[in-house]
Amino acid sequence: MFKGRDIVSIKELSREDMEIVFEVAREMIPIARGERKSDLLEGKILATLFFEPSTRTKLSFEAAMHRLGGSVIGFSNPSATSISKGETLADTVRVMDSYSDVIVIRHPYEGSARLAAEFADNPVINGGDGAGQHPTQTLLDLFTIHQEFGDIQGLKVALIGDLKYGRTVHSLAYALSYLGAEIYLVSPELLRMPGHIIRELKNKPVETDKIEDVIEDMDVFYVTRIQKERFPDPTEYKKVAGSYTINKELLERAKKSSIVMHPLPRVNEIDVDVDYTEHARYFQQAFNGVPVRMALLALVLGVV
Amino acid sequence: MEERTLKIQKIKNGIVIDHIPCGMALKVLKILNIEGDIGSTVSLVMHVKSRMGWKDVVKIEDRYLEEKEIDKIALIAPTATVNVIENYEVVKKHKVHIPDEIKGIVRCMNPRCITNQKEPIVPEFRVVSKDPVIIKCKYCEREMSSEDIIENII
Repeated sequence: MFKGRDIVSIKELSREDMEIVFEVAREMIPIARGERKSDLLEGKILATLFFEPSTRTKLSFEAAMHRLGGSVIGFSNPSATSISKGETLADTVRVMDSYSDVIVIRHPYEGSARLAAEFADNPVINGGDGAGQHPTQTLLDLFTIHQEFGDIQGLKVALIGDLKYGRTVHSLAYALSYLGAEIYLVSPELLRMPGHIIRELKNKPVETDKIEDVIEDMDVFYVTRIQKERFPDPTEYKKVAGSYTINKELLERAKKSSIVMHPLPRVNEIDVDVDYTEHARYFQQAFNGVPVRMALLALVLGVV
Repeated sequence: MEERTLKIQKIKNGIVIDHIPCGMALKVLKILNIEGDIGSTVSLVMHVKSRMGWKDVVKIEDRYLEEKEIDKIALIAPTATVNVIENYEVVKKHKVHIPDEIKGIVRCMNPRCITNQKEPIVPEFRVVSKDPVIIKCKYCEREMSSEDIIENII
């Protein structure tokens, strides 16, 4: 079912596909922690084509491959490669494909992972294409929620912060809605979720500009960073950003079982105080990137 | 019918694109790449009365359309019909159809789409809605309306 498959967009994965990824990822956790050894991908090579800087995505893919006994080749500085000489992405992909068994690509242009998948014979995993898709981030977010609650259907999830430019929340909103969660959108007027994203959701989400409106009922608070450069006026930014901060005091009104997530890096959207509460899951979420990516690599390479 | 004949002459050979939505005739010509002197007589009437209301009509003498060109018209004038004329008679009449997939006719409007870079690929779209026309880039998933399409005809 997964062998040889490209992972370009979350929309191409069915509920059953996601369940399989979660199941395999769960089995990978002890290996991801280094508690157990594995040689599942011994002799396999992952090529990482990073045309844009990324720490978390790149390093967690590398960790995933190493934990399964495979090896990694690649670049993260395209100016030092033949791309700077004007090589097309199609050619770079064809060559790297011939050196490896699976490719992970991050590229500034939207649709580049789809192009890579067309030109490569081996599976291609999208590690983020411009403002487009970032399916492995969505899967690790869903996995984190799934691990916590066992099911996503019927959960109340608030997406908070920059819902306009954050690609993470666009794919996540789509997937959550597809899996039957109730979505609440909390953002300043200027950073509301675009209409074309909302139109793709199964049910119309509740929209508000105040966290207080939703604090008592949510199961999940998914917080994103509000970037200063999105605001034409810096004073406006200061005013707005402060009102979307999650702190310990605010969480006292939330459900005991609710969790706080963040794709990281955070700046000051979540107070450090929250780190020590039972609600914090963002570091767990970041770790989950490893078992989820291990699962994907093992699945597309057909070893599980 | 009588009135239309007065406004625009019958042609001997060529094509008549009829039932173009009002105001779209010039855009149809743009899609067909008809500009400057193309060596055939082109007549165009805008805002003429028809049974269904108002419409535009384009007549091009001594020129026939390939299917790919007809598809292009459907994107902005889905109600149009194409009549092939030989010796003053209509020998073939067909409605234009919006295909489910569009390849190589329109450029993606997203400047950050990989299809707008120097890559060996042809832009491809899926038609997500036929009325109103909305197409979606196969690569970057950007949706385009018929106005966007007109601006981005290749």
